[in-house]
Amino acid sequence: MSFRRLRAIFIKELHHITRDARSLAMALGMPVMMLLLYGYALSLDVDRVPTLVYDEDQTSDSRDLIRQFEGSRFFDVQGLVDGYQPIQRAIDRSEVLMAVVIPRDYSRNVGLGREAPVEIVVDGSDSNTASIALGYAETVVRNYSLALRTESMNRRGGQHVSPAVDARLRVWYNSSLESKNYVVPGLIAVILQIIAALLTSLTIAREWEMGTMEQLLSTPLRPVEIVIGKTMAYFLVGVADSAIALLVAIFVFQVPFRGSFLVLAVSMCLFLVGALFWGVFVSAVAKTQLAAFQMGLLSSFLPGLLLSGFVYSIETMPPIIQAITHIVPARYVVTIMKGVFLKGVGLEVLWGELGFLALYAAVIFILATRKLNQKLA
Amino acid sequence: MWERIRVILRKELIQALREPRMRVLLFVPPLVQLIVFGFAVNLDVDHARIGWMDMDRTPLSRDLRERFEGSGRFDVVALPRDENEVQQALDSGAAQAVVRVLPQFERDIQRGHPTEVQVLVDGTNSNTASLVSSYAGEVIAEFSSDAMDGQQNMRVLARSPTGALNAAAPRVTARSRVWFNPDLYSRNYFVPGVVANIIMLVTLMLTALAIVREKEIGTMEQLMVTPVRPLELMLGKTLPFAIVGLVDLTLISTVALLIFRVPFRGSVLLLFFCSVLFLMTSLGAGLFLSTISQTQQQAMMGNFFFSMPAFMLSGFAFPIRNMPVVVQYLTYLNPLRYFMEIVRGLFLKGVGIAVLWPQMVCLAVYGVAVMGLSAARFHKKLD
Repeated sequence: MSFRRLRAIFIKELHHITRDARSLAMALGMPVMMLLLYGYALSLDVDRVPTLVYDEDQTSDSRDLIRQFEGSRFFDVQGLVDGYQPIQRAIDRSEVLMAVVIPRDYSRNVGLGREAPVEIVVDGSDSNTASIALGYAETVVRNYSLALRTESMNRRGGQHVSPAVDARLRVWYNSSLESKNYVVPGLIAVILQIIAALLTSLTIAREWEMGTMEQLLSTPLRPVEIVIGKTMAYFLVGVADSAIALLVAIFVFQVPFRGSFLVLAVSMCLFLVGALFWGVFVSAVAKTQLAAFQMGLLSSFLPGLLLSGFVYSIETMPPIIQAITHIVPARYVVTIMKGVFLKGVGLEVLWGELGFLALYAAVIFILATRKLNQKLA
Repeated sequence: MWERIRVILRKELIQALREPRMRVLLFVPPLVQLIVFGFAVNLDVDHARIGWMDMDRTPLSRDLRERFEGSGRFDVVALPRDENEVQQALDSGAAQAVVRVLPQFERDIQRGHPTEVQVLVDGTNSNTASLVSSYAGEVIAEFSSDAMDGQQNMRVLARSPTGALNAAAPRVTARSRVWFNPDLYSRNYFVPGVVANIIMLVTLMLTALAIVREKEIGTMEQLMVTPVRPLELMLGKTLPFAIVGLVDLTLISTVALLIFRVPFRGSVLLLFFCSVLFLMTSLGAGLFLSTISQTQQQAMMGNFFFSMPAFMLSGFAFPIRNMPVVVQYLTYLNPLRYFMEIVRGLFLKGVGIAVLWPQMVCLAVYGVAVMGLSAARFHKKLD
């Protein structure tokens, strides 16, 4: 491998990139736009759940309970209804997600010190929102129940009673439980993977299609040099993309950044190199730009989105699919991003992921040069 | 005129199904996508991994642990002994939460002193964290309630030996009733969404590519010198893909019902009717795409820019309710949003026209508008 030849192809490729201003603007602008749009739009937070209340009891006790729901920021009580019919209608039309039904004998049961059930009807079609909303509703009822119990015991016993065991929930790493704090770092990984694979997947296919590959071949350049030289040029674009994306995450989305910048930078670079080599490999396999584009997109977008653990936890997948996620580089980078951004952990925890990214880049590099060699021979 | 449309339709169908590669491409990727999506897309938390740090080591603290494990929602995977090990368990992600029982736990309860159980939750994934904390809170509250009964009984018993029954204090409990998806499987929510999404991807892309390919290889000119009129050409070009779309719909819906056991509660006829409405928009969009692109590559790019936002902003995985208001308005421009609501309504809720008519009207208006616009552009291009 000669450094001079490497530099020559690197500079040639840089000229390609800078000459086509529209493509360059797209390569730099698209990730930011995607990050801004999806970062704001994609949220799994559950709050202000639209709720109806059906109060069969109509007493001060039942109204007291309704006030608990109205006072909670997780519920948006949209009105009182009288009957199941309006609830059914509203849930069918997705106007509300939940309804609280207070049965007729509610205040009697409370007065007699018996168990007083309250019915929570929830639209289960979106199971995730439904489970979280149910959890909140149960918490509201439980806290209220606990307050009632202590009050009644205090009245009767004369001796001060307080709840026996208090659950002290402390949330680490993301104490406000905002989904943007984990969606945005994951999103960066997914977007970069797509962009990187697209950047390089087209470049070699283009040379084939335009016939300039033959010209490159007639020069003393070797495939290794072509792969590295081309990748280096696009690597600069990728680094610029990553830097912009990180700045947007930290300053626009205010995602807490707790870890070491160095670890993040190194792992992003390794990840980028791997993704770029993957693009080269794809474009060496595919005959046309069209096929390269399609393969590059499909092989990076879907796995990046679904199998990286970015939103959907890997551990709930069936074992076969879990096994497949091990060869998805986005999986490792998503773990690293979340670790560095939110947990503030460093190499002592993340060395395995980092090692894999390096291994992946190396393997894909060998595959890509091999494939190119084959094609040339 | 029908004769000419039929000829083009036949030519297109032959072209689409002639190549073995194309035959595979039409039907296999949708199935693979359905299966991967169906298995991978899952937001359920069924066995949360927790670390258990018992600093009390008494029968009561063991009772609490048994309640955690007995709830079926927690698996104790680590027994950290000190702060460092707690930190490590959470940092490495080995445990999703650590429950810490403080020393004197049993003594405090028996003496009627308030005590606490600490639950440290890894909040990285806020979704999982909310579920884990609410499950943990539930177990502890139950335990606490029983402990209070015990305390109260002891106190009352001390005063009057027969008074245990008088100690009853009210307890408000939540009885939940989950409609449409009683087991709260996220698969039931996602799989119908995948069906909608795949229909869009297949038809939009195929239409655009079929027309642009003719442009690229120059056969479009040949078609134009035949007596075929633009409208006939357009219908002949889109109808085959409408058929492919409907076949794909039937195929993947059947797989969804058989493999994923997703309920289907609505009317099959209505599903097909709404799919036809939706196909108008996606075929229209494909046609439009073909009028603005010269090469297949541009068509692919355009397709990517249209279908990725359409997918992300359809409410498929991320509820539209949560989006910023501006983006929520934007989603009204997204035909997939309406179809997603229809498909989910039909699969899960079993609702009919009475509920779904607004979405159907939107789709119909949208479809006619897009079709009309693209037809006008297509026409002009050919002249």
